[in-house]
Amino acid sequence: MSSYLIRNAQILGGPAQDILIVDGLIEQIGTGLTADADVDIDAHGLIALPGLVDLHTHLREPGREDAETVLTGTQAAAKGGYTAVHAMANTFPVADTAGVVEQVWRLGQEAGYCDVQPVGAVTVGLEGKKLAELGAMHDSAANVRVFSDDGKCVDDAVIMRRALEYVKAFDGVVAQHAQEPRLTEGAQMNEGQVSGELGLGGWPAVAEEAIIARDVLLAAHVGSRLHVCHVSTAGSVEIIRWAKAKGWDVTAEVTPHHLLLTDELVRSYDPVYKVNPPLRTAEDVHALRSALADGTIDAVATDHAPHPAEDKDCEWAVAAMGMVGLETALSVVQQAMVDTGLLTWEGVADRMSHRPARIGRLAGHGRPVSVGEPANLVLFDPAYRGTVNPDSFATRSRNTPYKGLDLPGRVHATFLRGVATVLAGELVEPGELV
Amino acid sequence: MKRHLVSAADLSRDDALLILDTAEELAQLSGRAVKKLPTLRGRTVVNLFFEDSTRTKTSFEVAEKRLSADVINFAAKGSSVSKGESLKDTALTLQAMGADAVVIRHHASGAPARLAQSDWLHGSVINAGDGTHEHPTQALLDAFTMRRHLNPGLGKDLNGRRITIVGDVLHSRVARSNVLLLNTLGAQVTFVAPPTLLPIGIDNWPCEVSYDLDATLAKSDALMLLRVQRERMNAAFFPTEREYSRRYGMDGLRMARLPEHAIVMHPGPMVRGMEITAEVADSPRCTAVEQVANGVSIRMAVLYLLLGGATLADNHSTNTSEAAK
Ligand SMILES: [Zn+2]
Repeated sequence: MSSYLIRNAQILGGPAQDILIVDGLIEQIGTGLTADADVDIDAHGLIALPGLVDLHTHLREPGREDAETVLTGTQAAAKGGYTAVHAMANTFPVADTAGVVEQVWRLGQEAGYCDVQPVGAVTVGLEGKKLAELGAMHDSAANVRVFSDDGKCVDDAVIMRRALEYVKAFDGVVAQHAQEPRLTEGAQMNEGQVSGELGLGGWPAVAEEAIIARDVLLAAHVGSRLHVCHVSTAGSVEIIRWAKAKGWDVTAEVTPHHLLLTDELVRSYDPVYKVNPPLRTAEDVHALRSALADGTIDAVATDHAPHPAEDKDCEWAVAAMGMVGLETALSVVQQAMVDTGLLTWEGVADRMSHRPARIGRLAGHGRPVSVGEPANLVLFDPAYRGTVNPDSFATRSRNTPYKGLDLPGRVHATFLRGVATVLAGELVEPGELV
Repeated sequence: MKRHLVSAADLSRDDALLILDTAEELAQLSGRAVKKLPTLRGRTVVNLFFEDSTRTKTSFEVAEKRLSADVINFAAKGSSVSKGESLKDTALTLQAMGADAVVIRHHASGAPARLAQSDWLHGSVINAGDGTHEHPTQALLDAFTMRRHLNPGLGKDLNGRRITIVGDVLHSRVARSNVLLLNTLGAQVTFVAPPTLLPIGIDNWPCEVSYDLDATLAKSDALMLLRVQRERMNAAFFPTEREYSRRYGMDGLRMARLPEHAIVMHPGPMVRGMEITAEVADSPRCTAVEQVANGVSIRMAVLYLLLGGATLADNHSTNTSEAAK
């Protein structure tokens, strides 16, 4: 194994300290540490955070390797400061059996850039009709704890109830993509002022809110854990706030893009802004930021959704939904939450590492930055200013809404169990420094 | 004027009046024995229709031929758009063929805007109707028709005229383009429809909204009917044809309550019985047929101004200098 001495890092934005990493663990923290480490890092001006954990990543393998593979996706994750990602189940074949989730998990292990925790499908083929073998996926090497039909809503109330009940047997959680299907038939963007003017099929906020309202009641009724994926409306926030006030075990995530972008951007008809759930209004963005700040929304999750160029270089109506997000997430959160004074770096660590790891029950991640803990760390430079250039991305796809935009901050280094996966902003070849 | 005509919002008041005045001059042509101008000789105009529309397509085609353009009809019907490459690939093909202008009709809102903003194609893009978004040349021909009846003369606008637009506003590209253009020309627009057929957010549009047709009749200088598709009934936008017709259909009784000078307009094709009775459709106050004729003049004017030159007066010099290049 290797050792690293990180000098003068601001742990969670605190005073500068040195961190010594040896054999995968944080061995010492202090000032003026002297150690004969393999690698010495000057971290002056850098913030040290626990390695980020994403609850919502689309890695596309198996099936759409032209968009992303486990290798390129986890490289992108490492460049974004992530040490663990949850890989969504909507692959081809669908991750609805022990075999597929084990395959994805092993591909992650082999890649070595980031722990890949597969999410199992709730229903067979994401069809919403029949429960998948949730227990077998949990019992597999992948040890699945999060189940989701993401991309599709489990809209049958009975199936949703049974799933919530069933996963209690192994402390699982159902992560719901809340989208009432009938209310969103033909929907192409947020329903509101802009959709009316553009003549694009509207996706009303109530289509999300109605499902969340139903699901929190179901979860409360059966006493189970519910996680709400990519919350996008002010009304959804109110429902989750109410459910939490009741003491129910409901958690929620928001994407970076829903914290920054609004449906006004759709006026360009540029499919780079086409995403599910859709970009909402400025009032929604405001409510989501407040909810993330006060903890009503637990986590930032990227919903990293890579698509090849041909699926976006077309007219709006036929373009695929989704945007890549792993490599820009922390910068967007800095802009939307930290630079606005809504969240401290401690808060960022909580919403992007501690809480997502707890929701996904990932034991080795989301730990405090302290002696004896596994060295899953990210060093972030908040003062960095640069223009987003998708050509420098590690992800195989380029569908980012931030191309050419100035976003603050940059990941300087990422460590997975004491081994650097990124140094000086560049990927480290596996084995190079081990 | 901008290079493209994608939205009625692309037109300033001056642009709009220039188009109307130019159309007025061009309209005189149709009375002549030889209906052709050499203006667009050597220029290639492509009619790219992803959606059937014999009326609009024919209207554009007649306009193009009267201006002596080389016309290519590119029927994209049947080509696969499920993967989305087809618009881009088609555009690249047209670019390779040297299209100076592309007249596009598409079932997807925003397809012309995407074409205009992309680097797929360098010619002018003219929106001939996109999804439920816009149909700017239809709005221009409607305005042209209204001006002729309500405030005739070159340089005149529609200031203070009250226009009532009735029917399926939610799905109507004609309505969206009309509200923008009519505002630019100073008219006051009132939309009348059941609440299910009005878009969310219409309260912020530059118009009035009413659910009650009868209440608006007496104060309308022009009443424009929008086509209501029968399949909307099955999607629960309204209960039955009969109920729609009773509440929002135009019949003789309602026509009698319009001011003397008011006209009844319809973009066609008309659904007789449900939205308009034969009595109204065939009355001299209904301008539906006249609108079709005006459509050719308007489309000539748009093509002429986008491709040919600034005004008819310098038509000749523009043409020769173009030819010399
Ligand atoms: Zn989703």
